[in-house]
Amino acid sequence: MLKITDLSARVAGKDILKGVNLEVGAGEVHAIMGPNGSGKSTLAQVLAGREDYEITGGTVTFDGQDLLAMRAEERARAGFFLGFQYPVEIPGVNNVYLLKAALNAKRRAAGEPEVDAYEFLALIRQKMKIMQMSEAFLTRGVNEGFSGGEKKRNEVLQMLVLEPKLAVLDETDSGLDIDALKVVSAGVNTLRDPKRAVVLVTHYQRLLDYIAPDRVHVLSGGRILKSGDASLAQELERRGYDWVSESQVA
Amino acid sequence: MSSKSQEVEALLAQKYRHGFVTDIESDSLPPGLDEGVVAAISKKKNEPQFLLNWRLKAFRHWQTMREPTWAHVHYKPIDYQDISYYSAPRAPANAPKSLDEVDPKLLATYAKLGIPLHERARLAGVAVDAVFDSVSVATTFKDKLGKAGVIFCSFSDAVRDHPQLIERYLGSVVPPGDNYFAALNSAVFSDGSFVYVPPGVRCPMELSTYFRINAAKTGQFERTLIIAAEAASVSYLEGCTAPMRDENQLHAAVVELVALDDAQIKYSTVQNWYPGDENGLGGIFNFVTKRGECRGRNSKISWTQVETGSAITWKYPSCILKGENSIGEFYSVAVANNYQQADTGTKMIHIGRNTRSTIVSKGISAGHAENTYRGLVKVLPSAAGARNFTQCDSLLMGPNCAAHTFPYMEVKNPTATVEHEASTSKIGEDQLFYCLQRGISAEDAVNMIVSGFCKVVFKELPMEFAVEAQNLLSVSLEGAVG
Repeated sequence: MLKITDLSARVAGKDILKGVNLEVGAGEVHAIMGPNGSGKSTLAQVLAGREDYEITGGTVTFDGQDLLAMRAEERARAGFFLGFQYPVEIPGVNNVYLLKAALNAKRRAAGEPEVDAYEFLALIRQKMKIMQMSEAFLTRGVNEGFSGGEKKRNEVLQMLVLEPKLAVLDETDSGLDIDALKVVSAGVNTLRDPKRAVVLVTHYQRLLDYIAPDRVHVLSGGRILKSGDASLAQELERRGYDWVSESQVA
Repeated sequence: MSSKSQEVEALLAQKYRHGFVTDIESDSLPPGLDEGVVAAISKKKNEPQFLLNWRLKAFRHWQTMREPTWAHVHYKPIDYQDISYYSAPRAPANAPKSLDEVDPKLLATYAKLGIPLHERARLAGVAVDAVFDSVSVATTFKDKLGKAGVIFCSFSDAVRDHPQLIERYLGSVVPPGDNYFAALNSAVFSDGSFVYVPPGVRCPMELSTYFRINAAKTGQFERTLIIAAEAASVSYLEGCTAPMRDENQLHAAVVELVALDDAQIKYSTVQNWYPGDENGLGGIFNFVTKRGECRGRNSKISWTQVETGSAITWKYPSCILKGENSIGEFYSVAVANNYQQADTGTKMIHIGRNTRSTIVSKGISAGHAENTYRGLVKVLPSAAGARNFTQCDSLLMGPNCAAHTFPYMEVKNPTATVEHEASTSKIGEDQLFYCLQRGISAEDAVNMIVSGFCKVVFKELPMEFAVEAQNLLSVSLEGAVG
């Protein structure tokens, strides 16, 4: 589904990604872990098509397409979803309005009929139930005045409505209390399906207690230093990231 | 340059879509201004002596005044002797006879703006009578208004038919010598609108210049006077989505509103005059004086404006809150793109006890534009218990534009409450990217973000205007993000 080959990228003259290789198959859940400043968020943003980053080398294919040649909105319509680490507030723009516009943009691109307001409301109510969100959410502005936890729930809600083929969730677990973490995880798990894939970007093993990954990767210094199964996350939790860097040097 | 930026540049470079010219024969005075010209204008309009004297007085005063320089706008000096001060259209011989003869692209733009078919025809310069039964339209609304006792006519007709009202109220809110542009207007104004709503009458329909078909073509020095008598109410719409046909670039209008006891006046404007090209060449200089006086107790005047056009906007719709418990409101969206300059805001002068005012100003700057909010809240010693709330928000799109806020407050009564909130935000690369990542196009995303920003003001517009305003904003700002 996703194949990253020797991907390098820089921002403001500084090399952040220095040859990332990663392959994610359909139906898989991967976790990318790593210390602060290792390039995790950069990787997520580059994949989503943020322009602040300069791609200096490598290729990315998504579903057989050259992802890097597509514009951000085309990537999204093709089924790539980024759950933002810091979801932005858009005052005065209704949550539901934005999400309906997003879904219809995707449907138009796929040659499908747009959903009407009635269908959409039914759909979003159903997904809100999964995310345990209150009705008040329907009338609020996009992330406007939301708590950190509410913003993250909203990201996952959007993901459930848009049903992407590949979701990259950038620290969706950070800032969540344990109850919210369970709700968010349950939301992500409902999307698990043999035709979809999820990439979790996280600092902590905690999230992986609720969303079991097929593969775990350690990103450090702009490269993937180590990959393994779910047990790697536990080992990391025990031994720290230094262990990976040191073992690499050794 | 990245592909998105290129696209944005292309969108930003879009041309003004109403900038066409219609050749019509007109009856004009040669350029130049002196007492003879002022007298000639008055004579052409068969005005009574008092009005000629009033004009001449204004002209003499104007000659002693200097053009103001305090506004945050820059332009080459205006040569007032190079302007023709009277131009009345004659028979529209060369105008298109029906909508079929009008450029389809133009019609498409009107359709996009959501302008009704009648109005599209009028804007396109079609002789309305040839296509539509304008007589019946005119008759219907005249009947309706006449039954209610509402007077709604061109300024010239009002001078002829209701000279006592004109003499009593003209210049009573904006005196002829009020400011440089108001004085000029007072000397040479050509026509405009007049509204009188008698005591106790709620005007049965929204009034707009569109309905005043008989005097649709007013000059660039128009004058509007609206009087709401005791317990009367009226909503007036001033739509300027019209193409700019005038050869001249100066527009100096005066609008006066008078609200007596318990009266309410709501005045809404959507202004979309030619803003100049992408290099800042051409465009309208819009120097307008708009002021309302809440003369009576419990009266209310509300200004709502959406300003997207003109090269320079110099405009401060204001309220003088004289009557006890009177209310003044100002809701504004001002958009400046390319090299447009907008210096706009309001004045709320609290004189009566327990007077209240609300100011909500939303400035949007894009391209190389300069957008200034300038507001004055003045509470006089007599205005015990006065309250004001001011909110000024600025939105910047791209790296080359600027927003300025000059809020002045003079509070001379200790029981007054004055609140001010201000914010400046950049249309966020973050907000934009968020929308893009959800699959929404850049153009739709910008529209969405800007409409969200302006929502509180649009809410104040009459429904059909709100739709037009929203569409207009989309047209003005398509993709205007750097």
